[in-house]
Amino acid sequence: MSRHTIAVIAAAGAMAIAAGGATSQAQAQDVKIGLILPYTGPGAELSPEMDKAIDLYQKLNAAQIKPYKLTIIKRDSKAPNGAAAKIDAQELLTQEKVDVLAGWIYSPDAIASAPVVTAGKRLGVIMNAGTAFITNLSPYYVRTSFTLWQSSYVMGEEAAKYLHAKTAVVAYTDYPPGKDALNAFKYAFEHNGGKVIDAIPAGGPEATPDFTPFFQRVKDEHPNVLFVFVPAGDQATAVVKTFAALGMKAAGTQLIGTGDIVPDDLLQGMGESAVGLITVHHYNADLDNPQNKAFVAAWKKAYGPDSTPNFTSVGAWDGIAAINHALHATKGKIDDGAAAVKSLEGWKFNSPQGPIEIDPHTRDIVMNEYLDQVVKGSDGKLHEKVLATFHNVKDQCKELAIGPCAPKK
Amino acid sequence: MNAVADIAGIVLGGLAAGTVLFIVSVGLSVTMGLMGFVNLAHGALAMFGGYVIVLSMNRAHFGFGAALALGFVATAALSVVLERMLYRRLYRAGELDQVLFTIGLIFIFIASTIIVVGSETQQLQLPPALSGQFNLGFIQYRAYSIFLIVVGFLIALGIWLTFERSRIGGQIRATVDNRRMAESLGIDVDRLFTITFAFGSGMAGIGGGLGAEFLGLDPQYPLKYLVYFLIAVSVGGLGSVIGVYYASLILGILDFVLTLYLPKGGTIFIYALTILILLARPQGLFGRKGL
Repeated sequence: MSRHTIAVIAAAGAMAIAAGGATSQAQAQDVKIGLILPYTGPGAELSPEMDKAIDLYQKLNAAQIKPYKLTIIKRDSKAPNGAAAKIDAQELLTQEKVDVLAGWIYSPDAIASAPVVTAGKRLGVIMNAGTAFITNLSPYYVRTSFTLWQSSYVMGEEAAKYLHAKTAVVAYTDYPPGKDALNAFKYAFEHNGGKVIDAIPAGGPEATPDFTPFFQRVKDEHPNVLFVFVPAGDQATAVVKTFAALGMKAAGTQLIGTGDIVPDDLLQGMGESAVGLITVHHYNADLDNPQNKAFVAAWKKAYGPDSTPNFTSVGAWDGIAAINHALHATKGKIDDGAAAVKSLEGWKFNSPQGPIEIDPHTRDIVMNEYLDQVVKGSDGKLHEKVLATFHNVKDQCKELAIGPCAPKK
Repeated sequence: MNAVADIAGIVLGGLAAGTVLFIVSVGLSVTMGLMGFVNLAHGALAMFGGYVIVLSMNRAHFGFGAALALGFVATAALSVVLERMLYRRLYRAGELDQVLFTIGLIFIFIASTIIVVGSETQQLQLPPALSGQFNLGFIQYRAYSIFLIVVGFLIALGIWLTFERSRIGGQIRATVDNRRMAESLGIDVDRLFTITFAFGSGMAGIGGGLGAEFLGLDPQYPLKYLVYFLIAVSVGGLGSVIGVYYASLILGILDFVLTLYLPKGGTIFIYALTILILLARPQGLFGRKGL
């Protein structure tokens, strides 16, 4: 054996040891995040909006994430009925041994996963699902998205105060967040002198129904406003187009809703039909604050000038920021679910949507809501104009402790 | 005055929905009546045509008419390929084999569509002339719905005339009534079927595009509406063009009225009614006995 060969073997051995050392060090700092999103099925178009936000956060905030490394393990929650999401949560916890769970676009998915999250004792960051009582279902749930009570309650108040509406019809997708939207709007609207004259369950979240018969019924009832909640996505476009096609505005009915009916990524495709719509939501891509300007600019730079973040992107962005905070606050021991949750109680963050905070009592987000109107800008594109801002809005379902949010006896 | 407008709105809305159903289902009725072939993948061809129409408009900036023509030709061409390569092998197979095969075909269509185009719903961009309101004299109504109703009526009339008056129509009727006898009289049933199958599939393709405004257009389309297509065909009667037309319109109006008055699960009555009709008349409302 020549001297040269021995040197090579020795060098290889040294490298192997070094590599091994590096691996064990990386393992100590590697954090596995299990991401549960619908990559197929009706929500499939929302998942990329959230994935992009998570990627973008990691790219732009690499310095803040150090010395940790985030590994995202994705699982498909398929149809919005909770069945696949629950299995996803189980597999991520038991097989992939993830440190944190995150995602959940649809409420049924988060509701079905709650017992698994509780049993797994890992932090679960809800990045979209908006049914109010979900955070009551597991002490490990923290929500960075929104509740339907936040937007619909404010919309109910403003329908009476700002739009001076006396009568309203509510059309809602018949599943938990839709019922929340109905109850919140009705509660606020009727406490401000309005009257909800009809509530129409308009199909489920699985498929986009033909809204013509539902809206024909509304047209026959001649309310001042039609308040609609449908999950953002295809259903939103169908609502706006059908409303316009039936000529309901000319018949004296104003379409209002949560921001779900005018998600930023679909707004341009809605065209003239969307102009004038009034919604309440916590985010729109036109919001004028430094964080949002930087966020939208970085987004367009990364994903092209025609790509736009929407509120689901911001829920994911804030969610991954929350995970990063918990990671540093627990000094890497984020797999201790109780400690991770505790570190997020009262956490404040400057989000693209404005300042947000996690309510230490409910683990739910506290944030601004904006009364928006769709307007056509001088650039020929559609924009959201903020008519009024409501600061630090809490989830009224839990504040009032009513309906499904009432304490269990 | 208001009541008139309300009722007219309901009738027109239901007729428009029924018309879409007719345009998609008519081909299925004729091919099932002609060959006794259970082609559950008919809706997949409608979806294919719909995608061709919508994508050629949105991405290649085709006009509405040109896109519809392209959708018809492309779907008809694809159906001939499928018929020659795959369907033909199963004509003499049992019904269960045919059902399994065509259901499998649906899944292939769904998966291919997700891979090639994506799983999001495709939006039909209507030409400006059709996207507004149309004044009918006594009410204003959605221009596109009225356009659909008129087009559907013309299509039904055209197909009916072809069936009743033309040579090929006579051959089709003869084959539906008695295939063996038709063959012994020298009618080339295989060729006849290919032509009918291509035409029916092309119509389905047009229906997929025209109906995207009401039924939406996404990869799950062929499964979502399969039951509706089958109800229209079985209630109308296999091989009966007029039967499918009436059945589709009745189904459209009933579905519309029930959804309007009983938004939560009102459509269950449609299934109940279908069962009752088929119990009383297994051959369908307009079907001929002995099929």
